[in-house]
Amino acid sequence: MSTNKLFGITALFNTPDELVHAAAKVNELGYKNYDVHTPYPLHGMDSVMKLKPSKLGYITLSFGLSGAAFALLFMYWAMSLDYPMIIGGKPFFALPAFVPITFEVTVLFATLATVIGMLAFYFKFPSNSHPLHDTPYMKAVSGDKYGVCIEADDKIFDSEKVKALFNELHAKEISEVFYPAIEVANIFEPKFITLLVLIGLLTSGATYVTLNKLIYMTPFDWMMNQNKVNAQSKSLFYADGFGMRKPVDGTVARNFIPYEYKGLAAPVVPLSNPLTPTNEVLNLGKKRFLTFCSPCHGNFGDGDSRLRGQFPNPPSLHSEKVRGWLDGNIYHVIVNGQNVMPSYSSQLSRDERWAVIHYIRALQKAKNASPLEILEAKKETSSNVAP
Amino acid sequence: MNIDYSQELPVIEGRITLADIDRLIAKPLDEKPDRKFFIALSITLTLLLIGAISVTYLFFNGTGVWGLNQPVGWAFDITNFVFWVGIGHAGTLISAVLYLLRQKWRTGIARFAEAMTIFAVMCAGIFPIIHTGRPWLAGYLTPYPNQHGLWVNFTSPLVWDVFAVSTYFTVSLVFWYVGLIPDFGVLRDRTASKLKKVIYSVFSLGWRNSHRNWQHYEKAYMLLAGFATPLVLSVHTIVSFDFAVSIIPGWHTTIFPPYFVAGAIFSGFAMVVTVLIFVRKVFDLQEIITLNHLEKMNKIILVTGSMVGYAYGMEFFIAWYSGNPFEQFVFINRAFGPYAWAYWIMVSCNVIIPQLFWFKKIRRTIPAMLVIVIFVNVGMWFERFVITVTSLHRDFLPSSWGYFIPTIVDIGTLIGSFGLFFTLVLLFTKTLPVVAMSEIKAVAEGAQPSHHGGDH
Repeated sequence: MSTNKLFGITALFNTPDELVHAAAKVNELGYKNYDVHTPYPLHGMDSVMKLKPSKLGYITLSFGLSGAAFALLFMYWAMSLDYPMIIGGKPFFALPAFVPITFEVTVLFATLATVIGMLAFYFKFPSNSHPLHDTPYMKAVSGDKYGVCIEADDKIFDSEKVKALFNELHAKEISEVFYPAIEVANIFEPKFITLLVLIGLLTSGATYVTLNKLIYMTPFDWMMNQNKVNAQSKSLFYADGFGMRKPVDGTVARNFIPYEYKGLAAPVVPLSNPLTPTNEVLNLGKKRFLTFCSPCHGNFGDGDSRLRGQFPNPPSLHSEKVRGWLDGNIYHVIVNGQNVMPSYSSQLSRDERWAVIHYIRALQKAKNASPLEILEAKKETSSNVAP
Repeated sequence: MNIDYSQELPVIEGRITLADIDRLIAKPLDEKPDRKFFIALSITLTLLLIGAISVTYLFFNGTGVWGLNQPVGWAFDITNFVFWVGIGHAGTLISAVLYLLRQKWRTGIARFAEAMTIFAVMCAGIFPIIHTGRPWLAGYLTPYPNQHGLWVNFTSPLVWDVFAVSTYFTVSLVFWYVGLIPDFGVLRDRTASKLKKVIYSVFSLGWRNSHRNWQHYEKAYMLLAGFATPLVLSVHTIVSFDFAVSIIPGWHTTIFPPYFVAGAIFSGFAMVVTVLIFVRKVFDLQEIITLNHLEKMNKIILVTGSMVGYAYGMEFFIAWYSGNPFEQFVFINRAFGPYAWAYWIMVSCNVIIPQLFWFKKIRRTIPAMLVIVIFVNVGMWFERFVITVTSLHRDFLPSSWGYFIPTIVDIGTLIGSFGLFFTLVLLFTKTLPVVAMSEIKAVAEGAQPSHHGGDH
């Protein structure tokens, strides 16, 4: 299974001292592409082989510093810029509180970079196809022997000379190592295709079950099913079997204080409007009027329903009668309803009804102003215009 | 580098050859597991099953099945978490700190202690994840860009904890694996089984014992040890911040970080000794894990136990010296209140019993040390229990005082964590070399060149 192409010549020794001597000799003769193989690191071998100190520390340093900078800048950005929030009275950039995470990220980056850098960059791992693998030589040096290997691509490599050198050094065993034949794997092999199909089926099946079944099952359903009665569920406790209950009689909803003349034809003493017609109140009144009143009364209260005769048109809000009413009378109609008009007490809160009344008053004024009043209004508005 | 080790005791007892070392360490891996192994495994798997049932029951019903409730909102979960993280610290201390201090005796026990670190951190990691009752939500602890535009609170000790423990686990695992690479190479070249060869080849990544690799490897190992040392101190410091950063009397103490680190080393060494006593006997490793190793670890237990005892005393002193009535109440309540039984178990197991290690005879007698280290393990579990529960159960409002009683689910989960730990330890002894082969060979007698003669 190996080719005729020579990788190198190896020699085994029994003791570390013999190996140190051999390595020194090989180095002295000017070989560059050689390596020694030992079951554990031999002290002092670096200087014998004249190796430069490892530069791995620079990878560690640069990635460690990057980790520190990344962690600190990220926390600064997240806590001070992206979503600033005061927590425990600390400043947005709380340096002392950022120290632990900065430290941890530094260590994590430095460690992973050191190991990955060493394995991938220096060792070029994973490499299980190296010619030395699976040779008796490799088995010996990973046990209790010490070996040196001179590779064939060295400039001054000469098979006979190297063997002579090793003999001269009293090597216990000398052997030639050849490149292994390259194994070619056919990806269209039925076994491999079957494996791929199985993996595909398994992955898609697991995904389907997880996303469509598993997350709806207890306990993964976020406590969806609990031992309590929901509004729409059947109750075994109440005689009528309804889970949802009506409020107790006489319950008063917040902001919906009962109207004391409810059901009467006219208020005994009409209420007076508690709100001042400020801009805000008028805007609220306009909004509610356009939502609830205008479909029948028309956008400006003229009684021109937008329902196009599908419903009887209501009277105009600009009639003498309505203009002559007190605010309390209009309020009475809104709460009680009149003729076909139903009560709007559940749609409009107390304040909203009074705001709507203010808006109706404004509409009435606008539609029925005397020429003198228009003149006054113009004077007032034009006084703000540049002369 | 040029330290004379000639005055030290030999690391390996007797004169065993390098080939014998390989054979001895690889023996449990080469042979089929025997009956004793299966009996041991069935016991630990039973414990693990109890834990699995407890945890499943918890997931279905929520944390109401545990005994904790106001005012004791933290109980067994955090106690077990701190306990297991602490156990893990001995491994890193042995593998990293003793490496930097050039303590050659560490080689015999480093691999095993590192493995225990990883398993203990795994046991610890369970508790923060399950204590919400909804473990799949633990993902929210990682800062990832989400639709809410929110980030985790980087100023919270609980988030520091997530970073510290996950970094610690990752770094320990990487450190352990780096140490294992040459051993995978040895196993790959030793094994006759085809399947094992494939597995070992994959994990060895193609290791070739080349000195050009050893050079960088040693450098990397030193760098990793250099990082693991401050890391191990930071992890238990940050775990102690979970308590110390709060304002609960009994937790809000500046002594917590060093006190927790000392306690962690103390409990971790006790656990390592407990397990090693059995491992060296069962796998015939008495020559590699010698009585000297155990004695040295017992000395460390004595030192750290006394440090922990000092911390107990100092807490009381500061409670008095601070003049803070709440602080004083908590400590008097701790020693003489409803949980006095737990407090005195803690003091006797952690401070009084380890004092027996002053006697050399006890340090070197296996049954005696086994009893003492088991007491230490019990005592250190109770230390965390005392810190957590006694500080919480009587808070500022006497109307909300309570008494925590664990439920059967609490206890089942604790038992389960021991089951997980020992199951992993047992599987480890049968799948990986429990002693670093390449490291122990390097410290054998005559393993290093004498550098006499020649011109180098």
